[in-house]
Amino acid sequence: MSTGWGRNRALALYGLLSLAYAFLYVPIVVMIIYSFNASRLVTVWGGFSFKWYGELLQDEKVLDAAWLSLQVAFANATIATILGTLAAVVLVRFRRFRGRTLFTGMIAAPLVMPEIITGLAMLLLFVAMEQAIGWPQGRSMTTIVIAHVTFSLSFVTVVVQSRLAQMDASLEEAAMDLGARPAKVFLVITLPIIAPALLAGWLLAFTLSIDDVVISAFVSGPGASPLPIVIFSKVRLGVSPEINALATIVVALVGVAMAIAGRVMLSRDRDERHRPTVTSPQPV
Amino acid sequence: MAQTVAQRPTFSPWTDPDAVPLIRFEAVSKRFGDFVAVDQVDLSIHAGEFFSLLGASGCGKTTLLRMLAGFETPTSGRIFIDGTDVSAIPPYERPVNMMFQSYALFPHMTVEQNVAFGLKQDGVPKPRIREKVRDVLDLVQMSRFGGRKPHQLSGGQRQRVALARCLAKEPKVLLLDEPLAALDRQLRERTQLELVGIQERVGITFVMVTHDQGEAMTMSSRIAVMNSGCLEQVGTPVEIYEYPGTRFVADFIGAANMFEGVVASDNHDLLVVTCPELERDLSISHSGSVPVGAPVTVMVRPEKMVVQRESPSETMNGVKGVVADIAYLGDVSIYHIALPSGRRVEVLRTNLRHTGEQELTWEDEVHLAWHPANAMVLTR
Repeated sequence: MSTGWGRNRALALYGLLSLAYAFLYVPIVVMIIYSFNASRLVTVWGGFSFKWYGELLQDEKVLDAAWLSLQVAFANATIATILGTLAAVVLVRFRRFRGRTLFTGMIAAPLVMPEIITGLAMLLLFVAMEQAIGWPQGRSMTTIVIAHVTFSLSFVTVVVQSRLAQMDASLEEAAMDLGARPAKVFLVITLPIIAPALLAGWLLAFTLSIDDVVISAFVSGPGASPLPIVIFSKVRLGVSPEINALATIVVALVGVAMAIAGRVMLSRDRDERHRPTVTSPQPV
Repeated sequence: MAQTVAQRPTFSPWTDPDAVPLIRFEAVSKRFGDFVAVDQVDLSIHAGEFFSLLGASGCGKTTLLRMLAGFETPTSGRIFIDGTDVSAIPPYERPVNMMFQSYALFPHMTVEQNVAFGLKQDGVPKPRIREKVRDVLDLVQMSRFGGRKPHQLSGGQRQRVALARCLAKEPKVLLLDEPLAALDRQLRERTQLELVGIQERVGITFVMVTHDQGEAMTMSSRIAVMNSGCLEQVGTPVEIYEYPGTRFVADFIGAANMFEGVVASDNHDLLVVTCPELERDLSISHSGSVPVGAPVTVMVRPEKMVVQRESPSETMNGVKGVVADIAYLGDVSIYHIALPSGRRVEVLRTNLRHTGEQELTWEDEVHLAWHPANAMVLTR
């Protein structure tokens, strides 16, 4: 099939594909390249160097912010995965209950809610709560984690929900039939089968948290500024190559997390293809 | 095997009035909203039976089975297993195990872990579990596959593992939900007899749900035919086929030719029925008592009739018609005979001769004949 027309078409398709990728990734690639720039001027190439990475490691403020971000992302991902999974189980396994529609809507709402509104609302809530019950005191890691959980648990729910819905419900019945109590069935049958979705959900919540700016801007305080906020405030004083280096590290981190999530989802698909197929009963 | 063949005809505890059934449904109903899935079912199943619930989809047979397993609770009525009212007992405490239509093998466990699962829940000591797992895998000839995961097995192998997993628990009752529906035809026919063999060896009571009447006839000691939530008839395969209690059963099990008519007379155990669409009255023997003038249906199975050119004798029933269609199936042919009234009657004929030449052909004028003992009168 190597006709001239076929070759031309293939070339055209690859050309378009390259353009699309270029559009998406050239800015990031440029940023990564410039993070190795020896020059202090951001737009002038002065030779290859690791010097900005070195300086970054000297910057206490940035290191503290990075550490805080990691802690927040970890806590957020874990809490969101637990809550999101519970919500998904309720939505998939308990078909009929009072207020189901409301519950579904409330779970899905943060997916479409403008972040700036979520952030503002969280801030107002925290201030009101501090006045009323004295907790949480000021803006801290706690407030950031709570705010992040509210929106990332929706994403976990969606991921886990689709996995649960695909799962053959008779697996749980079979386990119960064989003598396992409901709690045990969930632990030894349901959880292992939906585990890939839990991991994917966890990684998704992790990345959502680590690169969130808008909501963090509202709920972080002087003592607790996560990395994106620090980068944002540094940029306001002018872009320094140090920021490029920092951004490159963040890109690498997020990239690795997404790659793992992708692998997990892929292996899940492969499992699906091997799954026992039940042909529909045929009348004789 | 000869021993079991000799035993089977004498196994009929349901005919013994003193026998205590293992499973008893007492006026059991199940409603889902406005829909009545199971309606006032009374049913007794005896220990050692291979009992089938047969019916079209949506007739309530699966709901009945799931109530026995404990996945559904009856809206009203009670269910007893071995004398205990199980209505309030959760599935994980019932002495029954279920084999699911999808087999429901745990995908993240090996064959051995799957089979051991139920025993582990009961806290059986490990060496005993290992022994038991080996025994049941031997029984279903799957010992070589103990280390495999379900997705590495064929459909037939998965079915065996699912069976082994249930048998390992030695339940009082084993429930089978369309156990063979996912297998291809050839494998299904082979597995039917194998399953009966296993049931006889382990001696566990089997209750099977199926929509396949051939499967039910082949495997069961007794069959309950269900229709829209009610039991139409409960009986041995022979009773169900030869003496159907209702028009529904006659039509559902096998093929049936049915003539509507009115009882004209009842003498010397011979019932005479006048059918408006037939020239001659029909005689039926051993019919039970039906009042003269009652509307009835006369049912004749296609293989109980003879198709011939000459007019039958006075002692036989006879109907005249024309060959409208012939379905040649190799071993047998099915003749569709058009009666003067326009309706068609099916007759089955064994192809005894080797030539493949048919002595009867399209448009031939023929007579259908059958003995009065070979028909049934249905009043319901």
